[in-house]
Amino acid sequence: MAEVAEAIAARETAAGSGPLVRVKGLAKHFDVSPPLLTRVLRKEGRTLVRAVDGVSFDIPTGRTFSLVGESGCGKSTVARLVVGLYSPTQGEVVFDGQRLADLTSRRQMAPVRRRLQMIFQDPFASLNPRWRVADIVAEPIRAHGLLDDNRAVLRRVGELLEQVRLSARDGEKFPHEFSGGQRQRISIARALASNPEFLVCDEPTSALDVSVQAQILNLMRDLQRELGLTYLFISHDLAVVYHISDYVGVMYLGRLVEWGEARDIFRKPQHPYTRMLLDAIPDLEMSGRQRIPVAGEVPSPIHPPSGCHFHPRCPFANERCRSEEPAPTPSPAGGGQVRCHAVEEGRLTEEVVQSELRRD
Amino acid sequence: MSPSDTPIQDRAPAAQAAGQAERSAAGKPALLEVEKMRVEFPTRRGTLVAVDDVSFHINEGEVLGVVGESGAGKSMTGSAIIGLLEPPGRIAGGEVRLGGRRIDNLPYEQIRRIRGREIGMVFQDPLTSLNPLYTVGHQLIETIQTHTDLSESQARKRAIELLAEVGIPAPDRRIDQYPHQFSGGMRQRVVIALALCVNPRLVIADEPTTALDVSIQAQIIKLLHKLCREHGAAVMLITHDMGVIAETADRVAVMYSGRIVEVGPVREVIRNAKHPYTHGLMGSIPMVGHDLDRLTQIEGSMPRLTEIPPGCPFNPRCPKVFERCRHERPELIPVEETQVACWLYDENEGATANGGRSGSHG
Repeated sequence: MAEVAEAIAARETAAGSGPLVRVKGLAKHFDVSPPLLTRVLRKEGRTLVRAVDGVSFDIPTGRTFSLVGESGCGKSTVARLVVGLYSPTQGEVVFDGQRLADLTSRRQMAPVRRRLQMIFQDPFASLNPRWRVADIVAEPIRAHGLLDDNRAVLRRVGELLEQVRLSARDGEKFPHEFSGGQRQRISIARALASNPEFLVCDEPTSALDVSVQAQILNLMRDLQRELGLTYLFISHDLAVVYHISDYVGVMYLGRLVEWGEARDIFRKPQHPYTRMLLDAIPDLEMSGRQRIPVAGEVPSPIHPPSGCHFHPRCPFANERCRSEEPAPTPSPAGGGQVRCHAVEEGRLTEEVVQSELRRD
Repeated sequence: MSPSDTPIQDRAPAAQAAGQAERSAAGKPALLEVEKMRVEFPTRRGTLVAVDDVSFHINEGEVLGVVGESGAGKSMTGSAIIGLLEPPGRIAGGEVRLGGRRIDNLPYEQIRRIRGREIGMVFQDPLTSLNPLYTVGHQLIETIQTHTDLSESQARKRAIELLAEVGIPAPDRRIDQYPHQFSGGMRQRVVIALALCVNPRLVIADEPTTALDVSIQAQIIKLLHKLCREHGAAVMLITHDMGVIAETADRVAVMYSGRIVEVGPVREVIRNAKHPYTHGLMGSIPMVGHDLDRLTQIEGSMPRLTEIPPGCPFNPRCPKVFERCRHERPELIPVEETQVACWLYDENEGATANGGRSGSHG
C-alpha cells in the first residue's frame, strides 16, 4: 500500500510541471525486404518502410493528446513506441524527465512500466478467455508486486471494477460473459490496476457500437478527472477526437502534418490534409455546408511520394511541394504547428480555398 | 460532384414523394414490400427471433437507410430478403414482394435468378465478396453473361465500361488484374460494379463503407448514390453509421432488437427523433463543433436474443418508461411524417405523449 500512496503523492507534485511525455524526432523503420537470395537475384537493395518518420510532440500532465489519421499513417506505431513495445530507430521518448532508451534492464524499466499502461482496440482479443476477470485485473498488481496479501489484491480488484462501473462480483466471471463495451471496461480496469499516470489508448472505441462508445468515452473522461490521468489517444474518428482531446496531431504517411490545440485545429484547419479529413466527415447535422471533394487514396508507405507526402492528392500542390519536404512552421491560426509549403508561403488564402470549392 | 451533391434540396422532394407513395400505396405497389417478416433460428435451447414482424417498403429509385447497432437484426433483414439466410435461420412468417411478386417462397433456382438480375448486393468486406483466384474481369464477365445474352467480347466491353464508370483508372488494364492487386477502396468499387452490372432495380448494400478509411468512405458513398440514381436503382442501405445515412438516404428505418422502432424521412428522424432510443442514439454520437462535457448515455446494452423483455424491447433502458411498456408491445404509430413504435405517442396516453414530444431531439 505504501507504494500506492507514494505514487499518488508523486503525481500530485508532478501536476502542472510541464509535459509528462515528450516525444522528440521519433522514427521507426521496418525492414520489409524480400529474402536475401531474391534480393541478390533481382539486384535489389533493402526495402524500408518509414512507418514513423520524425514525429515530435509534448503531452502536458493531465491532458489528452490525440493522434488522428487514416490506416497506415503510423499512429498505432507511435503508440507502441511510446509505451516501449517497439524501440525507436531514431529519436526518443521522454517520460517524466526519463529517457525510455536509457532504461536498458528489466529492473530499470519496471517502475516506468507501472506508470504507463495501454488499452487496445479489440476487447475480444486483449483479454485471455481462460482467465477469470479478477485474475486479469489482478495481473498488473501481482506482476509489479504492489500488494502482497491476496485478500488485499481481491479487494483492490473489486474497487477497480466498481471504478469502471462494473460490479465487484463480476470478477468471478469469464470474459465471454461480457459484451464488447463491458470487456473494454475490464481492459480499462486492468490498465488502472497498477495506478498509472499515463494511458495510451489505441482506438479504444472503434470496435464498439455508438451508444456503447458514448459510455466508454464518458467513463474515460470521468477517470481522467478523478485520477489526474494523461492520455495519448489514437483514433481515425475525428468526431471522437474532437470530443475527447485537448491537443491533436494529424498524421499522414508517418509524419505529423499539423498539430496543436484541438479547438484551433478543428475550427481553423490549415493543412490541406486536415481540411480534407474534416470535409470527409458525414454531415450529420444536414447543414448542407460546402466541402472540398475528397480525392485519391493513401499511397503505399513503402514508396511514399517525394517532397510533401500529400502532394499527389493536394489541390494546392506546386513544384516545391513535389521536391522539398516541408518543415514545421507555426500555424497562422494559433499556437499549433503545420508542415505545408502553401501555408508557410501564405498561398492558402480564403479566396484560393473558396475558388477550390467553386471549381467543383 | 462535391459530396454535398446530396443536399437537402434535392433530397427533400424524394422524401416527400416517399411520403405520398406511402399514402397512395394502394394505387401502385412499392418496388419492395416487406410485410410482417419474421426470421427465426431454432436452437437447442428454443427458438431465437432475430427479426420480429418487420414491415417496410422501398419505392422505385429510393434510398432507404436501415440503421441499428450490432445485433439489431438489420443485416439479417437484408439477407432474408435475398434468400441468403444461413441455415438453420429461416423466414418463419410474413411476405416479401418485389414489384408485386412474392419472392420469399421461391425455389432456390428462381431466387438465384432474381439475385444479381433484379437485386444487386454490396457487402462490407470487398475481399470476401470477390474470388481471389479469378481476375476481376472474369468475375464481371461471368456475372454479365449469367444474366444477359451478351457474347464474351461484348460482356468484356461492358465490364470495362463499368469499371470506368465506378472510377477505376485505366480500366482496360485493370480488368485483367486479381482482387489482391486492388486497394480496399478500389475493391469496393469493383464490388459496386458487380452489383450494378445488369442494372438491377434494387441494390442491397450491407455496411458498404465500414471497412474503409474516412476519406475513401466519402468517395464510395458518393459513388453509390450517384450510380444508383443514374441506373434508376433503389437502395436498401444497411449501416450502423448515422452519418452515412444522413449523407445518402431518403428515408431511414431504425432497428432495435429485431424490430423497427422508428421509420420516416431522414431529416425528420435525425433532427427530430421521436423514439427514445433514436433520441438517445443521436445524442450519443460525438460531433465536431459540439462542445459537450458528456455525451448522452443510454445505460446498459441491447438485450441478447435470448433475453428480449416482454412489451417494448427498449423498456429496461428507456428513460421515459411507464407501466404499459413492460407488458404491451407497441406497433408503429404514425406521428407527423414518421412512424414510431412507442406508447408515448399513443392517443390514449395523451398527457405522456406531449411530454415525450417536447423532449425530443432538437
